[in-house]
Amino acid sequence: MSLLHAVFPPGIFSSGPVQAAAVVGAVVALVCGPVGVFTVIRGQSFAGHAFADITATGGSAAFLLGVSPLVGFVTLGLAGAGAMEVLGADRRRDRDVATGVVLGAGLGLSALLLYLSTTTETTTGAAVTVLFGSIFAVSSASLPLVIGFGALALFLVGLVYRPLLLSSINPELAAAQGTRLRLVGITYTVALALSVALSALTIGAILSTALLIGPAAAGLRLARSPGRAAAWATGIGVGVTWAGIVLAYDSYTWPPAQQGWPVSFFVVSLVLLVYVLAQLAGRSGHRASSPTPGTDISARTGGTNLGPQGG
Amino acid sequence: MPPGLFSGFMLDTWVEASVMAVVAGTVGFFVVLRGSTFAAHAIPQGAFAGAAGAALIGADTLVGVGVFSLLGVLAIARWGRTGRHDVVVALSLVTLLGIGSLFLSMSTEYAEQTFSLLFGEPLAVSSADLLPTAVLGAACVILVAVLYRALLLSSVAPELAAAKGIRPERIELWFLLAVGAVTIMALPVVGALLVFSLMIGPPAAARFFTDHPGRAMAVSGGLALLTVWAAIVASFWSNWPIGFFVGTAAVVWYAVGRAMAVLTTRRSPRRRVPFGVAGGEDLSVTGALSA
Repeated sequence: MSLLHAVFPPGIFSSGPVQAAAVVGAVVALVCGPVGVFTVIRGQSFAGHAFADITATGGSAAFLLGVSPLVGFVTLGLAGAGAMEVLGADRRRDRDVATGVVLGAGLGLSALLLYLSTTTETTTGAAVTVLFGSIFAVSSASLPLVIGFGALALFLVGLVYRPLLLSSINPELAAAQGTRLRLVGITYTVALALSVALSALTIGAILSTALLIGPAAAGLRLARSPGRAAAWATGIGVGVTWAGIVLAYDSYTWPPAQQGWPVSFFVVSLVLLVYVLAQLAGRSGHRASSPTPGTDISARTGGTNLGPQGG
Repeated sequence: MPPGLFSGFMLDTWVEASVMAVVAGTVGFFVVLRGSTFAAHAIPQGAFAGAAGAALIGADTLVGVGVFSLLGVLAIARWGRTGRHDVVVALSLVTLLGIGSLFLSMSTEYAEQTFSLLFGEPLAVSSADLLPTAVLGAACVILVAVLYRALLLSSVAPELAAAKGIRPERIELWFLLAVGAVTIMALPVVGALLVFSLMIGPPAAARFFTDHPGRAMAVSGGLALLTVWAAIVASFWSNWPIGFFVGTAAVVWYAVGRAMAVLTTRRSPRRRVPFGVAGGEDLSVTGALSA
């Protein structure tokens, strides 16, 4: 009983910020599950992270300048998605360079906007808040917005689910079957931009990347179909977010300053732990069925069997 | 020219920034060739957490940056080959930054310094940084010179490299260590978030000027030098953060490269494709190697 009290101190479930954080975290994890699975299959973690960095800084710079952050992040996210798709060649190497150029431009612009707004309003540390974010700072008023854009992102992914899956695993076959790769790619990138921008604004850039990639990579390791991997990813994402929130709430009594450890630290640690455990579980579970040592090549070329990737 | 641009304390900045720029452009050539943009972005951004940690315990910023970029390098080199590479890079990055957020929450006096560490501050260079910069810069140049052929071959023709007995994991580790060294040199000047722009913008343009990898590397170093000089002058003159100019310069170089590619393809009847573009690289670079 005392242990239960130690983990869930009295008042945790009635705390307003904790409730809002739990709901927002769950919504973000729910969206990140399916979107993240495709991000990992397509090898677009860099793009996912780039959107988080750009929108977290840019969106809040817009806020500091007095423009609605919503306008800021939707504009930046969509412009970024468009730029990456237009510039990006078919090969991953060239796509990464294009993504990097867009990201660098976005970050540079954010530096300027933050500089201009910090000198006029003397808001020190804005850059830190923006990049690292805090899930406890989410107001429940932004909840409808979070749910609305999350639903839109999920709808877009659902709309192109089959061609997206096929073109992610076997682009040649998809093209031969008449899939419009470009259209599918753009639709998916817009969904990615929306969901990442949304989560980066509410929970910070670090958590956004961690929740997009970690649970999805673990889910793909544990499940054999993309649908199940998405379900795993969603479950893992909600679990680690809630556990991280509880731990962060507990940490207000911890040393050194008794002012609480950041949620990002706990959630990221848990994501890493689950990923490592999934790697170990996947390795022992698939050793017999997958003798090929190696990487994701088998998953990309060998039909829909997405589970085993390692040896 | 604004007055004071070449005054005493600015000289340290000019020297250190010039060394850093040439090395960044040279190493950046391989960043683009190997498709390691994400790693080149993740190592400096993760190293920012080290700067926060150093501030917390009162150590030198460069030591913190060095330790954390080494952690990032080792994590990516060790696990990047067994799993999906981009997933490992992303998780290494968020882990380092998660630790960084813990450091930041514990220190209270850090906020002022943070902006310049993220977005750059050329004036932060002191004469104490010159020796470490010179040593790291020289080490990087020697490393690239010694491993030149092995790096090229393992980047463009991994199977051929393996057949020649080049161990890819060793090459990857040395390459990432060079990226880590550039991080330590460049992070205080151009900022943790923009170091990678310096490593991808100039080489992305350079590879369109020449087919020869050695010459492209030299052009890339030169363009990076030009970028940093222009950025320092612009930042000094406008007082805007230097990161803005470095990030914008990368866009300019990239656009120049794309435009050159279009022009070259249109002009010559036999479609001439520089290496690193549209699958033509294997031929040109291995050709240059065997020549």
